[in-house]
Amino acid sequence: MQNMKTLLLSAGAAVALAACGAGDPSETSDSERVSIDPNPFPSTYEPYPSEPTLIQNATVFDGLGGVIEGGDVLMVDGKISAIGEDLTAPEGAVIIDGEGRWVTPGIIDVHSHLGVYPSPSVSSHQDGNEVSAPVTAEVWVEHSLWPQDPGFTRALAGGVTSLQLLPGSANLFGGRGVTIKNVPARTAQGMKFPDAPYSLKMACGENPKRVYGYGGGGFPGGAPFSRMGNVAGYRTAWAQAVEYKRAWEKYEEEGGTPPARNLELDTLKGVLDGDIRVNMHCYRADEMAQIIDMSKEFGYEVTTFHHAVESYKIADLLAEEGICSAMWADWWGFKMEAYDGIRENIPMVHNAGACAIVHSDSEVGIQRLNQEAAKALADGRRVGIEVSEAEAWTWLSANPAKSLGIFDQTGSLEPGKNADVVMWDADPFSVYAQAELVYVDGALMFDAANPEDNPVMDFELGQPGEGDVK
Amino acid sequence: MKMKSLILGLSALALAPVAGAETIAFTGATVWTGGSNGVIENGTVIVTDDQISAVGVGIPVPAGATVVDAEGKWVTPGIIAPFSRVGIVEVAAEDSTDDTSASRSRFTVALDTSRAFNPSASSVDVTRIEGITRVVVAPSASSSIFAGQGFVADTSGDLVGSITKDGAFQYMELGESGANRAGGSREAAWRFVDGALLDARTFPARYMTHELGDSLNRADADAFRPVVRGDMPLVIRANRASDLLEVVRFQYENPTVDVVVLGATEGWLVADHLAEVGIPVIIDPFDNLPASFEQLAATMKNAERLIAAGVPTAFAHLGDDGHQARLVLQVAGNAVANGVSHDDAIAAITSVPAEIFGLEDLGTLEVGKTADVVVWDGDPLEVMSSVDAIYIAGEEQSLESRQTRLRDRYLSLYTSEQPLAYGDR
Repeated sequence: MQNMKTLLLSAGAAVALAACGAGDPSETSDSERVSIDPNPFPSTYEPYPSEPTLIQNATVFDGLGGVIEGGDVLMVDGKISAIGEDLTAPEGAVIIDGEGRWVTPGIIDVHSHLGVYPSPSVSSHQDGNEVSAPVTAEVWVEHSLWPQDPGFTRALAGGVTSLQLLPGSANLFGGRGVTIKNVPARTAQGMKFPDAPYSLKMACGENPKRVYGYGGGGFPGGAPFSRMGNVAGYRTAWAQAVEYKRAWEKYEEEGGTPPARNLELDTLKGVLDGDIRVNMHCYRADEMAQIIDMSKEFGYEVTTFHHAVESYKIADLLAEEGICSAMWADWWGFKMEAYDGIRENIPMVHNAGACAIVHSDSEVGIQRLNQEAAKALADGRRVGIEVSEAEAWTWLSANPAKSLGIFDQTGSLEPGKNADVVMWDADPFSVYAQAELVYVDGALMFDAANPEDNPVMDFELGQPGEGDVK
Repeated sequence: MKMKSLILGLSALALAPVAGAETIAFTGATVWTGGSNGVIENGTVIVTDDQISAVGVGIPVPAGATVVDAEGKWVTPGIIAPFSRVGIVEVAAEDSTDDTSASRSRFTVALDTSRAFNPSASSVDVTRIEGITRVVVAPSASSSIFAGQGFVADTSGDLVGSITKDGAFQYMELGESGANRAGGSREAAWRFVDGALLDARTFPARYMTHELGDSLNRADADAFRPVVRGDMPLVIRANRASDLLEVVRFQYENPTVDVVVLGATEGWLVADHLAEVGIPVIIDPFDNLPASFEQLAATMKNAERLIAAGVPTAFAHLGDDGHQARLVLQVAGNAVANGVSHDDAIAAITSVPAEIFGLEDLGTLEVGKTADVVVWDGDPLEVMSSVDAIYIAGEEQSLESRQTRLRDRYLSLYTSEQPLAYGDR
């Protein structure tokens, strides 16, 4: 139905263009040409006030793989001002004794559904997946974002300072994701990470074919019914996107009547233009390899495979292609395409020189991604993959930031970057470590010692347990 | 690791006495006994055949014993996962491999889940090699608030004799889930429980003339009788504080029933009441979100507060319990990070579940107990620690699983000479 409509629209546009070509050229001058606003829902986030803060004498992971024992981190005006030893505090700076503490870049989770599958998980809150059709590239997950999800505060207590919200994986094309700051706000726009690139969520494998092929109570339900149906569905949409992009480019060059606006193809065109990053849910190695070929066929790049339970089987290919894998430490077996999950996936991907990311896809897992990294690190070491803790921290901050296209702003403790910083009360690769202080853009947003100062979402006000230790 | 167990295996072979009892001595370890000995530094544990024969410091190693040098390591009882679906589901999304529930069955209470246990299920090995030697396995509720009878199994993977205890408990759900299954409300769920009690207490009289009782059919009513008598614990899932108080009231009114609560997310609000009637709880210390309206008061402090109130508290990992029951150690570690003592946390995954399910021979390292013993390369609750050796009833276990085989196959991706499918078999 949708495809039919798109085809008709394209046909109409073609006729209109032909007619315009013979018309008055003055009505298509450059200044009058219409264009598509790439950012109609702009971020309104602004960093909260911060005080110059110097954390002294801590074990500092710089986020790039380096470690400074007895190191200092200085935050000024919401930015990392310096890291090193024996830094001098500016006048009036807050000085924090980091003795026996660890300081790291804030954790960035590239796969979360907080706010779109929020707590409480009641039926009215199931806003994370526009299941109505296999291709819904036109939906934007930020339009489902409920900023009052209490899960954001739990993730903050786990040291998460930024995260990517993605639509679910029922569809071949699930829609646009959004990168946000983990700072409570009244609106979705108030959480959006300023100027972060958009992303597109796609899904391989079992979910689309189960939902559409076997869904709806009929048999067969509809396309896609099989993995080959999945790929045909992606390619059909990409082929349309190529036409759409060509139509816009022709219009931009030659004028005439603009192509009919198509929200679905806007997003796909954004990918083909290199502006929107592809994040693809894909478990099986063989499917990832097919997707890589398809991306070359249509001239785009896959940024990150999500879940990527079998990345260890093609870690060399992923390294060669420069594609990240966002992985769990140990999830497996809940579905057939997760059956070959192993505990060494993350370190084996890292060891092959590919980009490894620890992700959560869970409102529980997001609270202790440092422990997920620790499990993976230990499992890797036991098979001889020697990675330092400081290097493993790249799985939690730098690599996620690179995947999201925000590494120039956050993801490591380099001077000039946003002061997204966590101080841990122990080695964060220990199960006993807890985030003590969490800064976003230099502002102290979580303080374990002062629970009364920590965020309580609207939903929890006046409810049992309000303001308790979470 | 594989090398090490091979060497251990070889030395065991070399030192084994020609005849008579097999003896193993674990020496030099930090031993968490779970008994009156507490935690022993530089301790020795002696296993004779399938039993613990001595625990302490400076105990002489019997002649001919296989010595496991555990210096710098930890030795604990085998971990017990207090609530899981290990071995009754292979792939959760594949119905054909899933025996956790039976929504189209005529029977509920009478379902004996132990008959579905597959010791060869991949989850059994995967769970064992993380140090879990026994799993408490429950069916899932579907058409009724009653799910059926759960069991306890070892994780040896042995086809014969892996069931430690069948009919170990009856599993039932209240709260939002129970309300839904009972027709739509909490009061309907309780009415169904009342009917089931009556059906069991009057069994078989009413079934002389009728196939159905107030709540249960003949087979289910018969199967509910040991629960009513107190011979089989009744594990009730409930989370909201007010629901838990109703469970407390149920316990008062039915003192013979051996009630255990699963979930208890808001348990800390009514901890004193639970303690007073002696209801133990099995909780997931990760539960800190208002995931539903019956869990609004969820907090990371639930475990600490329940234990402080004197409620016997076991820890389970209730997410994907068919595959991730192994995470009990991580949840226990997190409980410690949130105020529970290290000792109570290990007890919550060893001795407490053993007590809850009447596994008198398990859960501690004390003389006369069954020799489920795990050697760890560090603090067992640390996420970076791992298992060096596992013994179930005195028998050393493999540290391999289907996952370690996959790992070993793909450690090198070199395929120039032959496909990987030909290597590492």
